[in-house]
Amino acid sequence: MSDTNAAAPEYELGVVRQFSIMAVVWGVVGMLVGVIIATQLMFPDLTHGIPWLSYGRLRPLHTNAVIFAFGGSVLFASSYYAVQRTSGVALFLPGLARFTFWGWQLVIVLAAITLPLGYTSAKEYAELEWPIDVLITVVWVSYAVVFFGTIARRRVKHIYVANWFYGAFILTVALLHVVNSLEMPVSLFKSYSIYPGTIDAMVQWWYGHNAVGFFLTAGFLGLMYYFVPKQAERPIYSYRLSVVHFWALIGIYMWAGPHHLLYSTLPDWAQSLGMVFSVILWAPSWGGMINGIMTMSGAWEKLRTDPILRFMIVALSFYGMSTFEGPMMSVKSVNALSHNTDWTIGHVHSGSLGWVAMISYGALYHMIPPLFGRARMYSTNLINVHFWLSTIGVVRYITSMWIAGLMQGLMWRAVNDDGTLTYSFVEALEATFPYYAGRLAGGLIFFAGMLLMAYNVWKTVQPEPAPVPQPARAAA
Amino acid sequence: MDLGVIRGIGTAILTVSFIALVIWAYTPGRRQRFDEASRLPFLGDDDPSGGTR
Repeated sequence: MSDTNAAAPEYELGVVRQFSIMAVVWGVVGMLVGVIIATQLMFPDLTHGIPWLSYGRLRPLHTNAVIFAFGGSVLFASSYYAVQRTSGVALFLPGLARFTFWGWQLVIVLAAITLPLGYTSAKEYAELEWPIDVLITVVWVSYAVVFFGTIARRRVKHIYVANWFYGAFILTVALLHVVNSLEMPVSLFKSYSIYPGTIDAMVQWWYGHNAVGFFLTAGFLGLMYYFVPKQAERPIYSYRLSVVHFWALIGIYMWAGPHHLLYSTLPDWAQSLGMVFSVILWAPSWGGMINGIMTMSGAWEKLRTDPILRFMIVALSFYGMSTFEGPMMSVKSVNALSHNTDWTIGHVHSGSLGWVAMISYGALYHMIPPLFGRARMYSTNLINVHFWLSTIGVVRYITSMWIAGLMQGLMWRAVNDDGTLTYSFVEALEATFPYYAGRLAGGLIFFAGMLLMAYNVWKTVQPEPAPVPQPARAAA
Repeated sequence: MDLGVIRGIGTAILTVSFIALVIWAYTPGRRQRFDEASRLPFLGDDDPSGGTR
C-alpha cells in the first residue's frame, strides 16, 4: 500500500492535512447546528427568543457550515490530494494553495459571525453578503489557478477522470457564484440582487440546483473516481463509461434548475424544460453509480472486512436512491404533492448525509493515515461503529421525513364535499410532531458517528510518543 | 425561422453529439489509452499494474 517510491516527487501535503482536519471540525460544528435547529422545530421556544439563535438565522448557518465548510474542506483536501497523485507532480504555486486554505477558513468564520447577526442576501445557499462574496471569488479563482496549473504541469499523458470532475466542479461553481451574486451594494452589510422578480428566482435556482449538481455531485464524483478504486485496489469498472458519464452529467445538470419553481410565476415552458431535463438526468446519475459499485465486482468480500470501503459503497447506494427520487419529485404531478413538504428535506438529506457525508468519511479515513505518516487509523472498530451509526441515523432521518412529507401533502390537499379544506395548517403541523422527533433521533445518531470520527482522527494524528522505557505494568 | 424548428435542430444536434460521444468512447482502438488512464490512481504504487481485473 505504500504510495511512495524513489521516483515519486515531493507532494505538497501540508495544505491537504489542514483541510482534512478542518473538514472534521466543521463537520462536527455544522451537524451540531443541524441537531439544534431540528430541536427548535419541535420546541420553537427552545432559545427563549434570542434573535441570534432564532431558527431563521441558524438554518442558513447549518446549510453553509455543512455544505461549504465541511463539504468544501473535503473537496479542497481531496482534490489537492488526488490531482497531485494522478498527475505525478506537486501542487502548482503551493503558496497560493495555502492562501486558499486560510481564505476559505476566513469565509467560514465570517459566515458564522454574520449569519447569526442577521446579515443575509436572502438567497438560499448564497446568503452571504457582498464583501464575503468578493472574498469567495478571490479564493475560488486562486483554487482554479492551483488546480489547473497542477494539471498543466502533469508528468503523465492523460488527465484522470476524477480531475475532469473536479475541474468541472471548480469552473462551474465560479460561474454560478459570480452570476448569482451580481448585486448592488447599498452599504457594507447590505446589497440587492440586480435581477428583478421571477428572473431573480430563476437565476437563484439555476445557481441553487447547480450548487447541488456541481458542488455536491460533480465534486464528490471526483472523490468517488479516485478513492473508490484506491481503497478497492482495483481500477474503475469501466473508464469508457466514466467518459460518457462525465459529458452526459455536466451537459444535462445545467438545465434542471427550474424544477425548484414548479407551479410558480416562471413561464410554463421553462418549468417543463426543468422537469424533462431532471428526468433525463437519472440516466447519467445511475451510470456513475453503477460504475462505482461495479468496481467492487470480483472483490465483494472486501466489504466484509473494510468499513472504509463499506462507507463508499453505501454512499453510492444513497447516491442512486436520491438521484432516482429527485427526478421523480421533479415530475409536476408528483411535485404537486411533495412541494414545500418535509419530503424535500428528506430527499436533500438522503443525498447530503447518505451520499456526500458518507463518501467524504470514506475518503477522509483513506487519506488521513498516509497524510500524517500512519499505517492506518487509530481504531478500525470505531470506523465500523461510525459506519453503522451513520447508516442507521440517515435511514431514521429520511423515513421520518418521507412519512411526514407525504402526510403533510395529503392533508394540505384534502377537501370536503363543499370544497373547503379538511385540515387547517396547524392540524398538519401537529400531526408532524412525532416525525420531527424521529428526525431528531436520526440526526443525533448521525451526529454521534461524526463525534466518534473526530475522536478517532484526533487519536490518529497525535505525535507518536517517544519510546520511553516504561514500568511493565503501566501499559495495562 | 419558426421557434419550434430551431428547438428541433437543437435537439437533433444534442442527440447526434451524444451518439458520437458514445461511439468515440467505445471504439475498440481507444481501449488501450483508457486502460492506461484508469491506472493513474496507482501511479507510483509498488505494484505498477495497479491490480488487475
